[in-house]
Amino acid sequence: MSDDVVAVETAEADIPDPVVGVLAARLGEALGDGILAWEDSFGTLVIRVKPDSWAPAAEFAKGELECDYLSFISGIDWQPVTRPDGQEGSDLSAPVQPTEMTFGVTGSAGRFQVFGHVQSTSRHWGVTIKSDVDETDPRIASWVAIYPGADWHERECWEMYGIVFDGHPSLRNLYLPGGFEGHPLRKDFPLLAREVKPWPGLVDVEPMPGVVDAEGGE
Amino acid sequence: MSVLATLALDIGWGSTLAIKTILVLAIIPFGALVLGYTFLLKMMSHMQSRLGPMDPGGFHGWFQLVGDGLKFLQKEDIMPAEADRRVFAMAPAVIVMSTFLIFLVIPAGPRTIVEDLDVGVFYALAVSSLSVIGVLMAGWASSNKFALLGALRAAGQLIAYELPLLLAVVGVVIQAGTMSLQGIVTAQQDGSIFGITAIGNPFIFTQFIGFALFLVAAQAELTQPPFDMPVAESELISGYMVEYSGFRFLFFFIGEFGTAFAFAALAATLFLGGWAIPGVHGATAELLGPIVLFVKLMAIAFLMFWVRFTYPRLREDQLQSLAWKVLIPIGLINIVATGILKVAVG
Amino acid sequence: MTTTQPPSQLPGFEVEPGSLNPLADARLAVELDTGDMILNMGPQHPATHGTLRLVVRLDGERVIAADPVIGYMHRGYEKLTEFRTYPQITTLINRIDWLSSFANEVPFIHAAEQLMGIEAPQRAQHIRTLLTELSRIATIYLFLGEMGLQVGALTPAFWGFRDREHVLNLIEGATGGRFHPNFNRIGGVKDDLPWGWIVECRAAMKRILDGCDDFEDVLVGNEIFQARTRGVGIIPAELGAAYGVSGANLRASGVDWDLRRDGKPYLSYNELDFKVWTHQDGDSFARYWVRLQETRESVRMVLQLLDGLASGPVMAKVPRIIKVPAGEVWVETENPLGQMGYYVVSKGAIGPFRVKIRSASFSNVSILPWLLRGLYVPDVVTVLGSLYFILGDIDR
Repeated sequence: MSDDVVAVETAEADIPDPVVGVLAARLGEALGDGILAWEDSFGTLVIRVKPDSWAPAAEFAKGELECDYLSFISGIDWQPVTRPDGQEGSDLSAPVQPTEMTFGVTGSAGRFQVFGHVQSTSRHWGVTIKSDVDETDPRIASWVAIYPGADWHERECWEMYGIVFDGHPSLRNLYLPGGFEGHPLRKDFPLLAREVKPWPGLVDVEPMPGVVDAEGGE
Repeated sequence: MSVLATLALDIGWGSTLAIKTILVLAIIPFGALVLGYTFLLKMMSHMQSRLGPMDPGGFHGWFQLVGDGLKFLQKEDIMPAEADRRVFAMAPAVIVMSTFLIFLVIPAGPRTIVEDLDVGVFYALAVSSLSVIGVLMAGWASSNKFALLGALRAAGQLIAYELPLLLAVVGVVIQAGTMSLQGIVTAQQDGSIFGITAIGNPFIFTQFIGFALFLVAAQAELTQPPFDMPVAESELISGYMVEYSGFRFLFFFIGEFGTAFAFAALAATLFLGGWAIPGVHGATAELLGPIVLFVKLMAIAFLMFWVRFTYPRLREDQLQSLAWKVLIPIGLINIVATGILKVAVG
Repeated sequence: MTTTQPPSQLPGFEVEPGSLNPLADARLAVELDTGDMILNMGPQHPATHGTLRLVVRLDGERVIAADPVIGYMHRGYEKLTEFRTYPQITTLINRIDWLSSFANEVPFIHAAEQLMGIEAPQRAQHIRTLLTELSRIATIYLFLGEMGLQVGALTPAFWGFRDREHVLNLIEGATGGRFHPNFNRIGGVKDDLPWGWIVECRAAMKRILDGCDDFEDVLVGNEIFQARTRGVGIIPAELGAAYGVSGANLRASGVDWDLRRDGKPYLSYNELDFKVWTHQDGDSFARYWVRLQETRESVRMVLQLLDGLASGPVMAKVPRIIKVPAGEVWVETENPLGQMGYYVVSKGAIGPFRVKIRSASFSNVSILPWLLRGLYVPDVVTVLGSLYFILGDIDR
């Protein structure tokens, strides 16, 4: 199956950077059908793996692809800004975002994803690895054993998105105070400053008075 | 003070003592102000390409430190809730007292001396180490971990450096043949270098190693960089002083610079000939003595503060190994060499 | 102690409160029954320049375990970016690493430009490169002085502030802002360089080079400075990379990796001739030395740019309202403190959907628990100083 996916994606990508193609092929060989999709995004390989392959992918990247350097690990919440049940979201004054859930490069199975970027200090290439996380029970394997620097990144991701990293030595709050409730970077977490004050940049979006929608529009 | 006797004032023993005490007590803040102004405010500022205070008092901000002192006096006397109140309050006084005691034996003229003790040198060094008790008291009583660490560092440091300080001085004592500071000054005044008596025989030439040792050890005694670990602003914030404010902090400040003044005076006396000018005796020496001593001690203090504002700080273990592995052996060798030469040359 | 193990596998990493750590005297192989003391350095401590808090467990003055507590300055920039348009975000990210604000803007603007398919004109690229290097000089120059302060020498710190002023004046002259220029625009820079700026820039670079020589004399050549920094806080290259330590901190461990040369081409670095300095020791001294050389190298680059400054416009043609097409892009640059990157996810709106800000100091500092164990309290300060972090860059 993986071969099919890879083939399709390769066909879709414009003209893949040779390094990206080689990296994708090697990852594909190693992880088999653990790879769901890959794409060349502005010269960087973005690869989406099954949750089971999240840690093996990193291990392979570090061991075989010489990606000895951990850049970051973080999460993403694909849910649109408005709340799904139609109830008025607190953030409607924000820059306009799509109202239905769409996914970015390489797609996603659901609302939450984790993604991390590792790169090689000797070969000067890098891979962005993505993986889907279940919405009801968000958890994924930890990278701490592979990259010790994952420690703080995973703690941050845990408190900001509520994604649990299995195998992390101590998931405790990094930025937030101990008793903090909620996960601030989730899209349904309101930004209180925007509750009390409308978005200051809103006026720029409206067409200027007297000017026909000539340059302001699309 | 004997200067009073030369003025033929007829006063009793008790009054003399009181006047002496007040005069010596006045020297401490005076010395602190002079050193603080000259070196802390002006020399350091200019080394760091800035002017320092320029306005207070008109001339280059000379009044700044007095103003600072008055400001400290107005401040609230804050004491940590957990502090050992009595010890906390006493600590600054102990430190200033040790400075006070040093001045008692430093001569500023043929008869301008509070008490010419026979063991003057060792008395001075012994009382100077009293300050460590004050430091320990301050560090302990503050009930602050940084203060405690600072105090323990100070204790370890002062013990390690008391010995090189003594060893550095022994050479001088052997050469002068006396421990009395007045005797040491006279020995330098009346001495000669290869028969030339024009500049007497300041021991800085024969005892240069001792002089260098003395300055290094004094720097450590004064907890100045490169040996300022007990204070160490960037590590322990201010070490044992961290909880002090207001006039108690002022006491520490005066103690710090007053002691620097005292040690500079001591070094000037031991190695540069003190108040003496070769060939000048009697009433002229009495009048010129304090000025000569002041000039010499400022020269020494300049050296001390120059190092202070230039060098980084050593680590505590590096300081200990410097004291025990380098300074003390050098001091011992210096004593042996001085002894042999003394016997051989005469 | 083997050095390449991750900390979680090292015995004694997790210390229960109140218990004695059996590794307290691993170096002596003797277990002294001395009580531990927990010392709380920060959030207001002069060595943590900012609000980093360091909880250290001490045996005497030796650190048994250290736990950095961050977040006292967390401003939630990743959340805030989701509520702003692209041009507005540059004002925010100016304040991440506030000493080199201009360099912070570059990768983000670059990300937006890539997504939109715009390329800034060559003169704009040159001006950006110039100002990036100037802010690098300003940032690192401050470090060169401040490192002296951390190990107890007061005077170099003032020299650092004094000469940095010349560079800040240049930045102010070109952009109008000393610290937060907000000068980058999507598609170019706001304005051209003012008249006479180039002459002043050359003069300032001369002063910076002289200042570097002063630092070399007063600190690098100083025995006490060497005794305090050599062999202190050694970061093994492999472990440093796995922790994400970047910039001069990693180059001081012998990793020859500089995104200006090795990353995807950005700004005008491929037109410049410069050397990437590395040092084999990996200790605090090496970090200082590498940064000193990098400052000189930056001056060289600035002079090259001044010689070959391209002519032409400083702004590309961009729509009045900036809408960025949907897509994801990862842009990383070599900032004064290390690798700075933005992972920008756009959904075609006037603001980004998600911005992951990868700041250098965050990863640089995350190695502290491993690095500080077994050191003395004074060395903690040396290591903190030599890693050179900016709190805003840790907390974002």
